[in-house]
Amino acid sequence: MHLHRLEKVWLLIGIGTLVMFLTIVGISAFAQGHHPPSDLTTLDPQKVDTTEPFNQPGLKKIGDNEYELVIVSQAFAFMPNDIKIPEGAKVHIIVTSKDVVHGLEIVGTNVNMMVTPGHVNSLTHTFHKPGSYLIICNEYCGTGHQMMSTKIEVTKA
Amino acid sequence: MKNTALHPNDGKLALAHIAVGYIALFLGAIAGLLQAFVRSGTLELPAGIGYYQLLTAHGVLLALVFTTFFIIGFLYASMSRTTGDLTPFAKKAAWIGFWLMTIGTAITTVMILLNKATVLYTFYAPLKASPWFYIGLTLVVVGSWVSGAGMFSQYAVWKKKNEGKPSPLLSFMAVATMILWIIATLGVAVTVLFQFIPWSFGLVDKINVLLSRTLFWYFGHPLVYFWLLPAYMCWYVIIPKIIGGKIFSDSLARLAFVLFVLFSIPVGFHHQILESGITPFWKFLQIVLTFMVIVPSLMTAFALFATFEISGREKGASGLFGWVKKLPWTDVRFFAPFMGMLVFIPGGAGGIINASNQMNQVVHNTLWVTGHFHLTVATTVALTFFGISYWLVPHLTGRTLTPRLNKLGIIQTVFWCIGMFLMSGAMHTVGLFGAPRRTAYTTYGDHPQALEWMSYQTIMAVGGAILFVAILMILYIIINLAVAAPKGTEEFPVGEVHEDAEKTPLLLENWKIWIGLSVVLIVIAYTVPVIDIIENAPSSPGFKFW
Repeated sequence: MHLHRLEKVWLLIGIGTLVMFLTIVGISAFAQGHHPPSDLTTLDPQKVDTTEPFNQPGLKKIGDNEYELVIVSQAFAFMPNDIKIPEGAKVHIIVTSKDVVHGLEIVGTNVNMMVTPGHVNSLTHTFHKPGSYLIICNEYCGTGHQMMSTKIEVTKA
Repeated sequence: MKNTALHPNDGKLALAHIAVGYIALFLGAIAGLLQAFVRSGTLELPAGIGYYQLLTAHGVLLALVFTTFFIIGFLYASMSRTTGDLTPFAKKAAWIGFWLMTIGTAITTVMILLNKATVLYTFYAPLKASPWFYIGLTLVVVGSWVSGAGMFSQYAVWKKKNEGKPSPLLSFMAVATMILWIIATLGVAVTVLFQFIPWSFGLVDKINVLLSRTLFWYFGHPLVYFWLLPAYMCWYVIIPKIIGGKIFSDSLARLAFVLFVLFSIPVGFHHQILESGITPFWKFLQIVLTFMVIVPSLMTAFALFATFEISGREKGASGLFGWVKKLPWTDVRFFAPFMGMLVFIPGGAGGIINASNQMNQVVHNTLWVTGHFHLTVATTVALTFFGISYWLVPHLTGRTLTPRLNKLGIIQTVFWCIGMFLMSGAMHTVGLFGAPRRTAYTTYGDHPQALEWMSYQTIMAVGGAILFVAILMILYIIINLAVAAPKGTEEFPVGEVHEDAEKTPLLLENWKIWIGLSVVLIVIAYTVPVIDIIENAPSSPGFKFW
């Protein structure tokens, strides 16, 4: 099929841009480890309270200013409530749901993941700036969805 | 190809579809207006109506009902116009499809109004609605399949009579759109019939949540191309005639539609980028395929602006941009779809951002996404459908688009663009600050981060109010065109191919090859992850949290 000369140029630039874009995104993901949260761990969604580590939701220190934050989400709250961590802390967030699908978003950061029942999701974030961060559910989960939130207080080191 | 009005029976059929579509538009718009006011904190809903109930109605009525009914009406009108009067089989199939879809819509709407299905239009498990909500949706989909069968038979009959000739472009595009729709809806049909309905009736206790979400998004992404392709039909075939030009290339237009059939389906994972249980490799593979679907849109942009420029120059335009002045800016049949095209530039760019793997983390489930599809479907597609209605409705009712209604249509388009600029602009911006989508009014205990969002949510309400005025204007125009405008003959514009364009290769019409390739791509993109999900993803009991 014949393509107009200008159309060839236009498509070449367009497709070239797309390829470049995909390459950058791909290198960032596969070579530098910036994958979107894709945890493959599963659990029985009806036994969250007796399954480690979700039997003890909360913040655990695991290294030098490094923490593990285990969160259980359920309609319409996150456990634990009101978390405090020092500035510069590297936090491994591990989350699951006891009922429906929720979302976990920490406002003002790139922490954003889906929380599906029966699945664990996780990601790591370093809190460089002190302040009060809002954690919200960003997936509709029922009539109280807009109330589902908690806070992380990042204190000055 | 005949130039007179459609056969009255075919016209009636198309009109019935369009009428239901516009009724859904009106009801959905009322829900939208109320939502915008609730979210800004200026209104509390009376009589126990819930915000999420309205949101469910808004999504179902606009994204599913308005679009599907309008599209099927327009496609049947296009087939009747370009392949001749509908065969008795096609007509029967179309009417059976129409009634199945209408009954399905009624059942679903009643369930939403009774507050038995406040699960939003994506109905994510394990939120469990009344089984009748799912049954209603099934009837809508099955009805559309029956309608599709009617179109395929009409097309086959034409092909048999005209062996060796390429089919009329508009009919080819209608068939491509319905092929895409049927392949896509298989996913949602499987999850609703084999997962949701048995589970909501209590025949099984649990549902595989990840499988249902994957099957939903297998359908959910091509759904947006099902909305877009009829708009592209208008841009490729109808607009050239309206501006007094010719179609740039018949074969490239067909190639673009074939590419959409191939690449719009195996890409659903880009809606599930932040989800557990799917490996980064399979997500990325589908993201690469997602980017392939941008190519036919780039081709479309080129073809359209080539048509504009060539026709402008043939009318004597000079200089680099002189042809812009030759476009019929005061003709709403051109102006409304053209504004839709312009809006598709930021709309498409936003879509690329959404689909960009880890970049999705910044915007996923924020109001940014809501802003995005209010540009693409609610402006690009909606304005083009309005642009089609301005001539299609009077063509079918034997009336004419008067200069006064034409002018009102131009004002309507301007209102729509201003309203959407405010609403969608505010949504995009506040979404980047993290404000979540699908969330009722809240300040999260007056948290300072959430308080920053409030002024944007007020702008959203202002934009929403302007949009509602525009809705009233379009309904006024449509009702006028249907029952009150002066009798006469309004043209159904169908463009002709430019004499310099090449002959269309018949390979493009070989659906066995394209459907086969589409299946191969789907199998590659989905087999391994779906087997993995069926084997490993746990099932969950249902919940009713409303």
